[in-house]
Amino acid sequence: MTAPSTTTSDIASRWVRRRLASAARWLTTPVRPDDYLRLVNPLWSVEELCGRVEAVRPETADAVTLVIRPGRGWVPHRPGQWVRIGVDIDGVRHWRTYSLSSTPRRPDGRITITVKAVPDGLVSGHLVRRAEPGMIIGLGRPEGEFVLPEPPPTRVLFLTAGSGITPVMAMLDSLFAYGAAGSAGLGDADGARKGTAPRAKPLDVVLVHSAPTAEDVIFGRRLRELAAEFSNLRLYERHTRTDGRLKPTDLADLCPDWTERAAWVCGPAQMLDEITAHWSGPVDQLHVERFRPARPAAVGGTGGLVRFTRSRREVDADGDTPLLTVGEETGVLMPSGCRMGICYGCLARLSSGRVRDLRTGRIHGEEGDLIQTCVSAAAGPVEIEL
Amino acid sequence: MPTTRSTPTAVMLTRADVEEFGRELDKIRDEVMASRGEDDARYIRGLIATQRKLEMAGRVLLFASWLPPAWAAGTAALAVSKILENMEIGHNVLHGQWDWMRDPKIHSATWEWDTASPADQWKHSHNLVHHTWTNVLGKDRDIGYSAMRVHPEQKWHPIYLAQPLYNALLALFFEYGIAIYDVELERIPTGDKSLKEALGQLRAVAAKVRRQIIKDYVAFPLLAGPCFLPVLLGNLTANLTRNVWAHTVIFCGHFPEGAEVFTEEQIQDETRGQWYLRQLLGSCNIDGGPLLHLMSGNLSHQIEHHLFPDMPSNRYAEIAPRVRALCERFGLPYNSGSLARQTASVWKRILRLSLPGPGRPRQKETAPPVEEVQAAV
Ligand SMILES: Cc1cc2nc3c(=O)[nH]c(=O)nc-3n(C[C@H](O)[C@H](O)[C@H](O)COP(=O)(O)OP(=O)(O)OC[C@H]3O[C@@H](n4cnc5c(N)ncnc54)[C@H](O)[C@@H]3O)c2cc1C
Ligand code: FES
Repeated sequence: MTAPSTTTSDIASRWVRRRLASAARWLTTPVRPDDYLRLVNPLWSVEELCGRVEAVRPETADAVTLVIRPGRGWVPHRPGQWVRIGVDIDGVRHWRTYSLSSTPRRPDGRITITVKAVPDGLVSGHLVRRAEPGMIIGLGRPEGEFVLPEPPPTRVLFLTAGSGITPVMAMLDSLFAYGAAGSAGLGDADGARKGTAPRAKPLDVVLVHSAPTAEDVIFGRRLRELAAEFSNLRLYERHTRTDGRLKPTDLADLCPDWTERAAWVCGPAQMLDEITAHWSGPVDQLHVERFRPARPAAVGGTGGLVRFTRSRREVDADGDTPLLTVGEETGVLMPSGCRMGICYGCLARLSSGRVRDLRTGRIHGEEGDLIQTCVSAAAGPVEIEL
Repeated sequence: MPTTRSTPTAVMLTRADVEEFGRELDKIRDEVMASRGEDDARYIRGLIATQRKLEMAGRVLLFASWLPPAWAAGTAALAVSKILENMEIGHNVLHGQWDWMRDPKIHSATWEWDTASPADQWKHSHNLVHHTWTNVLGKDRDIGYSAMRVHPEQKWHPIYLAQPLYNALLALFFEYGIAIYDVELERIPTGDKSLKEALGQLRAVAAKVRRQIIKDYVAFPLLAGPCFLPVLLGNLTANLTRNVWAHTVIFCGHFPEGAEVFTEEQIQDETRGQWYLRQLLGSCNIDGGPLLHLMSGNLSHQIEHHLFPDMPSNRYAEIAPRVRALCERFGLPYNSGSLARQTASVWKRILRLSLPGPGRPRQKETAPPVEEVQAAV
């Protein structure tokens, strides 16, 4: 990727823009120009990035793809990354994390997420059943390391199940549909257009995907089309209702060299755990993405008085409730994302006291530490800088 | 025990009644709070959008203010927008009425409003001090704003002779009065507050006031070029209108005839029911239609607001009849009157109490014995 050369006129125009913005702040004090821009078009906001849902496409009986036009200030993602999504339900904003299922190379600049409704799922249920074009959602920045390196390896294994296909779909589209397979680099639209030098070895990709039935395969048609078009993409669909759950031993039959490939694995916790246990290749060649916490939450332990110093609120909390929930219920503005210790969207500074990591039971924390409030509970009196 | 203390009118409730009254109010509160939802969110977002558009419209109209109708319309739009911004939006957002939406843009922790008082300082002096100590003599600094005698129980001092004059001045410059008031200067000599802290607060006020003044009296007039003066005058008029209106509405909240004050002994070990009762007896409503409620930031429902300070203000109108019925059931006063009546009552008091002596003879003979009052309040 080459850095765009900055010309003097770029610098000058940036300077002018900055001056204009700070001049405009004098006119809008005590709020900011952004607060007025958002009124005209929420997508113009740079302070509170959001997106507009432009289309809702059903994928299966319980999954939809949302085509989203991101607002100003969206930075292109790398295929495989996820983003925090903020959804208003009954007037209350809820944040969750969703993998981007689109390639950053889409010429229309849209992004997509693909959501599968989980039983009793608040946000997933709402998005699958209620989302409609025009809906405005909050957006975070693309994050996550479940991505293909640049350039991508030649021999790749994608092992997915259920909604775990979503980040991999973005990678497949980047490798095949939008980047002439076997030749182009990734994630870099310029590179694709210019046509990077052909790689020495052709790309060889195996995708093993599990779903209960053929109809339940998210992106089923698209995957089958891609596999038909590109001979160097081999697709194995496992329909677990008839064929049973895929085991690591089955994998050895389907793809004998599976541990010699660079692997990206995303699906239910059990599958991830089994694959990790059976992996005999280099550790750095196995990439795993979890949509749910790895371990059940630890229980027990005494709580304490929790003080949110900036909001001047305090409340007694038990030792099992995440500080994120404690704060939200007290009306404190708590940043959040996945709510399971994965995205770090909930970091807050600890001013005093110690907290218990609900995943491990470990008690930790020193003044000034940034803690993940979604997986931390009070272990005695705690002060949080929020 | 001070004998000059006011005696809660006709409050002859038993302790059990008071607690029952409290439980009934809790029920109303729980019901409404549980039903907060999309409609409420739409209300506050829509209101903020309307207010900001109105402000923009006002400012644009003022750019054409060489036409007198444009000046009048622009100034009016700006004044209305500033009133909405301070009262129905700012005051209520800063009370945390909308925190449940978890929208960082409409949250008491992040909100800043178009008035001289920095949100942080105001939240302390208003939400914490005034709403906790409502109408408790020596504790609630909002009683006469520590500058006026509005209850006969306050000791007279010659300085109060001039209070009609400075109440009029306060009305005009209300936003600055409140900003200075929030700094609690009178607590410095007693050592309750350090000079350093007060100076820090004053600096914050000065910084905010500077930006406010530059916006309304320099930047926008300059942008208007030849319309410099009319724009400046329009902005000034809008600000003064907002000040006078806010002052009028706010003074109707706790100072009209009938609003009661309490002593510290009276509120010792106060129960939830007693707390509710004090909020009720110390607050006064203004009768009117939806427009009045909107423009007063629903402080026309001062009683409901004091009972449930963090309930979204758009819900007060809906619960007011229930609160009133509850008061009737328990034989409690529910002080409500037209804007004209309440305002006249406030001014009458301010005039009368500028002179020594009680405002009107207290009806000592009807006062319940002290023990009963203590039981009730
Ligand atoms: C990095 C990352 C990427 C993700 N990408 C996607 C994606 O592309 N598509 C997608 O559909 N989801 C994805 N998820 C999961 C998503 O963030 C939510 O957890 C999921 O949609 C459930 O949220 P909810 O509000 O509907 O459920 P909640 O109301 O929070 O929970 C309801 C119930 O469902 C259970 N539950 C919570 N999460 C899951 C889950 N993932 N699977 C099954 N049960 C669950 C809870 O334990 C609870 O019992 C991703 C998660 C992470 C961490
Ligand atoms: S919300 Fe994602 S780590 Fe806490």
